[in-house]
Amino acid sequence: MKSLKTWTAAAVALLSASTAALAADAIKIGEINHYKRMAAFAEPYKKGIELALKEVNAAGGVLGRPLEFIFRDDDGKPGDAVKIAEELMTRDGVVMLTGTILSNVGLAISSYAGEKGYIYLASEPLADDLVWKSGNPYTFRLRTSTYVQAAILAEQAAKTDAIRYATIAPNYAYGTAAVAAFKESLTRLKPEVEFVTEQWPALFKIDAGAEVQALEASKPDAIYNVTFGTDLQKFVREGTTRGLFEGRTVYGLLTGEPEYLEPLGAEAPEGWIVTGYPWYGFTSGPEKVFVDSYMAAFPGETPKIGSIVGYMTVQSIAALIEKAGSTETPALLEAFKDLTLDTPMGEVTYRALDHQSTMGAYLGVTAVQDGQGVMVDWSFKDPTPYMPSEDEIRAMRPAK
Amino acid sequence: MGLFVAQILTGLANAAALFLVASGLSLIFGVTRIVNFAHGSLYMLGAYVGVTLMAALPGHFGFWGSILLSGLIVGLIGVVIEICVLRPVYRAPELFQLVATFGVILVIQDLALMVWGAEDRLGPRAPGLTSVVRILGEPVPQYDLALIAITPFILFALWWLITRTRIGILVRAATQDREMVGALGVNQAWLFTGVFFLGSALAGLGGAIQLPKGGADLLMDLNIISAVFVVVVIGGMGSVTGAFLASVLISVLNVFGVAYLPQSTLVLMYVVMAIVLLIRPYGLFGREEKAGEHGQVGEPDRPVRPFGTLGRALTGLLLLALALLPVFGSSFSQVLVIDILIFCLFAASLQFILSTGGLVSFGHAVFYGAGAYVAALLITYADTPMEVAFLLAPISAGLIALVVGWFCIRLSGVYFAMLTLAFSQLGWSLVFQWNEVTGGDDGLVNIWPSAWLSGTTSYYYFTLVFVTAGILFLRHVVHSPFGYALRATRDSARQAEATGIDVRRVQWIGFALAGAIAGVAGALFVFSKGSVFPNEMQISKSFDALIVVFLGGVKTLSGGVVGATFLEGVKDWLIRLEYWRLIMGLLIICVVIIAPDGIVGTLRKVADRIGLGRQEEASR
Repeated sequence: MKSLKTWTAAAVALLSASTAALAADAIKIGEINHYKRMAAFAEPYKKGIELALKEVNAAGGVLGRPLEFIFRDDDGKPGDAVKIAEELMTRDGVVMLTGTILSNVGLAISSYAGEKGYIYLASEPLADDLVWKSGNPYTFRLRTSTYVQAAILAEQAAKTDAIRYATIAPNYAYGTAAVAAFKESLTRLKPEVEFVTEQWPALFKIDAGAEVQALEASKPDAIYNVTFGTDLQKFVREGTTRGLFEGRTVYGLLTGEPEYLEPLGAEAPEGWIVTGYPWYGFTSGPEKVFVDSYMAAFPGETPKIGSIVGYMTVQSIAALIEKAGSTETPALLEAFKDLTLDTPMGEVTYRALDHQSTMGAYLGVTAVQDGQGVMVDWSFKDPTPYMPSEDEIRAMRPAK
Repeated sequence: MGLFVAQILTGLANAAALFLVASGLSLIFGVTRIVNFAHGSLYMLGAYVGVTLMAALPGHFGFWGSILLSGLIVGLIGVVIEICVLRPVYRAPELFQLVATFGVILVIQDLALMVWGAEDRLGPRAPGLTSVVRILGEPVPQYDLALIAITPFILFALWWLITRTRIGILVRAATQDREMVGALGVNQAWLFTGVFFLGSALAGLGGAIQLPKGGADLLMDLNIISAVFVVVVIGGMGSVTGAFLASVLISVLNVFGVAYLPQSTLVLMYVVMAIVLLIRPYGLFGREEKAGEHGQVGEPDRPVRPFGTLGRALTGLLLLALALLPVFGSSFSQVLVIDILIFCLFAASLQFILSTGGLVSFGHAVFYGAGAYVAALLITYADTPMEVAFLLAPISAGLIALVVGWFCIRLSGVYFAMLTLAFSQLGWSLVFQWNEVTGGDDGLVNIWPSAWLSGTTSYYYFTLVFVTAGILFLRHVVHSPFGYALRATRDSARQAEATGIDVRRVQWIGFALAGAIAGVAGALFVFSKGSVFPNEMQISKSFDALIVVFLGGVKTLSGGVVGATFLEGVKDWLIRLEYWRLIMGLLIICVVIIAPDGIVGTLRKVADRIGLGRQEEASR
């Protein structure tokens, strides 16, 4: 047992020593993700990072040094992610941490980063607690907050005369938060609305036929959908077959993201009002440049929301280090305050107030074109007007 | 009325795929006694193979032909698994094979990712069955009706196969007494292979037949496995009719659960399973378990003994090395060793109840999670000092184990295991769903130790002391009079009772003790990570512990600790590689084949053979 441990330790030491020798002068960033457990989401994200790294380093790197990401798989387990975070910081000598898709892993790293004084840029996790209720001075978040996306949909819903709403969301923290945010925003805009049923299928274990029957039985005017991935596929198929969506408007949180719309192919629902990422619709500007260079870099691939988030993660980190002029934590923390940079989605600022970026969202209507689900009539939404007020946010963030 | 009928029809349609997969698992278990964790992987393969074939073969014939072909292909894959992986380990201790099937899961996960890529596949619709039929005004999809019509045929075919053919007679005979079947001249090896083919083919069919209602994705293997286990247990292990009734029961209840109690989607089937097992301990159609009830298969156990001088010296050296680690090791090596130590203690607590008590628990993580959550809740809501929270955690875990144990120890063998699984799932869904208190999936964060322990090194020593003390304590209990009594209940409950041992109470106390120690591990965990999430009490956590105990050697004392060190250490290293799951799976399979008595058990045999073990005996 002892010899085994020594062997493992020796092997680990050897491995990290060899990687360290290869890129002695590179600025290293620790990227923790669920590359295997959530492969469908993590792969486009990783490609986005690789593309941005290539561009940054071709342009001379940051502070004259190449930028390097160390990718580590956490198997989707928060405990393992924390261990890896420690290893990256203390053994691999990374400057800061980034990554994760699952909210709970993001929260675990964030808590650890706050305790140990490591900087963590939460790139993809959806939990708003990261920057609000459980926010800490060392954690920043890039991805558009769930609250804002729900509020954007609620604003559209309030414009219609639908009164009776039904909701369906996966039965876990993200689903409940997404429903709560939608209800709050919609009720504020239109107090007379009524929520006639709330459905909570278990994540990735939806019983779509039963859910559709239950929704139909409550005779709603409109439906708010938070399910995604395979749950969404099953829900759409059963709902279409059984005519649930006929004559009803459906509001889909994230449903327009290519990750979820593409697998549906020609069966993608039509006329849903969704947030997403309509890369096929861009004709000019930085949005289009990103799409073109992504498709040139990865032939046969199309960008997903993960791709653009990965790309913007690298951009943010490069801009951060340039602004700080150093890789020391205090300088980086200072530079993160109201850090502003240009991205394919326009100018983005990391607000000093709550460490949330002002990455926006695309709102559109789903349609099927050439056998593919797409978003049409889309527009870009600036998140700022949809955010809770500064006082509300200050009240939510733990006092420091 | 119309809605009611439509809901029942939905439930019946949902039961189809579940029944196919579950009947396969049930058959395999009945004949081979293998708890096949990899059954969900076969279902996933069926779906992927089906999607691929359906894309290539168009039309009615192509669609239905693809489903049958998928079954055939997955059946053959099952045969390969059986011959290459399971056949070499049939003589190993009972349930040992589940470690091998766990390795198979990892291998299939990575292979499927390599072959089919990461993107989810939507299943094609069945040609000619794409719309709905109005029944009493309610829309019912045509494919649902097709599924409802097909299932009885499959049930009938299986029934015919089992009751009316020679193969069926052999299968039933083997389910009742496989040694007798072997003694009567039946080639067991091929019988097992045949059953594995049939069971795998059914799983493959199940995966393919559900395609028009879903698709193929890389998470479906683990997503279905718990539901399948529940169905098999409710129906009674080894009973096809039982599997059918149970899948209908679960599916129909689920539909009504969705309609009238939408929040119940996570726990309903476990509640049903717990109730059924409490009323009918062997499931609806199961028979009382024969194997392992009196005496055990294979060679006789070697009684466990305290370490001799050499053993103590080696342990002392190891502890010394661990104590010196902060002097020469990096801060990360301490963090890594903390993780390993905690896992060792958790595994040791399971090993205690599993090896010494003979109670195979599939839900041990609930006590680990309970320890972690109690500590975290106390800190979050009561501002309890960390030291007090740390103390209360194992006590609460032990109390919970007392309650759970009271229900579970009425059962034995696999049924006991499944009831513990049900309770752990109830505990998990409680913390998962009770958002206001436990934070749900977003967990509880910022749970840090007191200032004097906040440094990595001081927490390392803290962990080392408690883990060492916990493991030594458990070993001590094994050699105490209570430990002897517990071992007696394991080896022969009847004889133990005849000698005046209160079997139930001894098992009950042992179970609670194991739970309390797991709670210590959980509390150590939460303060080392600063946060806790429901996945710490998920099924997979329980299975992790189970696997390391078997991998280390179930009939030894130190197996859990050695297995945990091995698995954590290897994983920490392998996870840096691209296809780490594939390598890890193959490694586990190799270890299982090379060391069928577990790492410690096999090492001991080798030591005996070259004369090391006897020396130690002589020196005592």
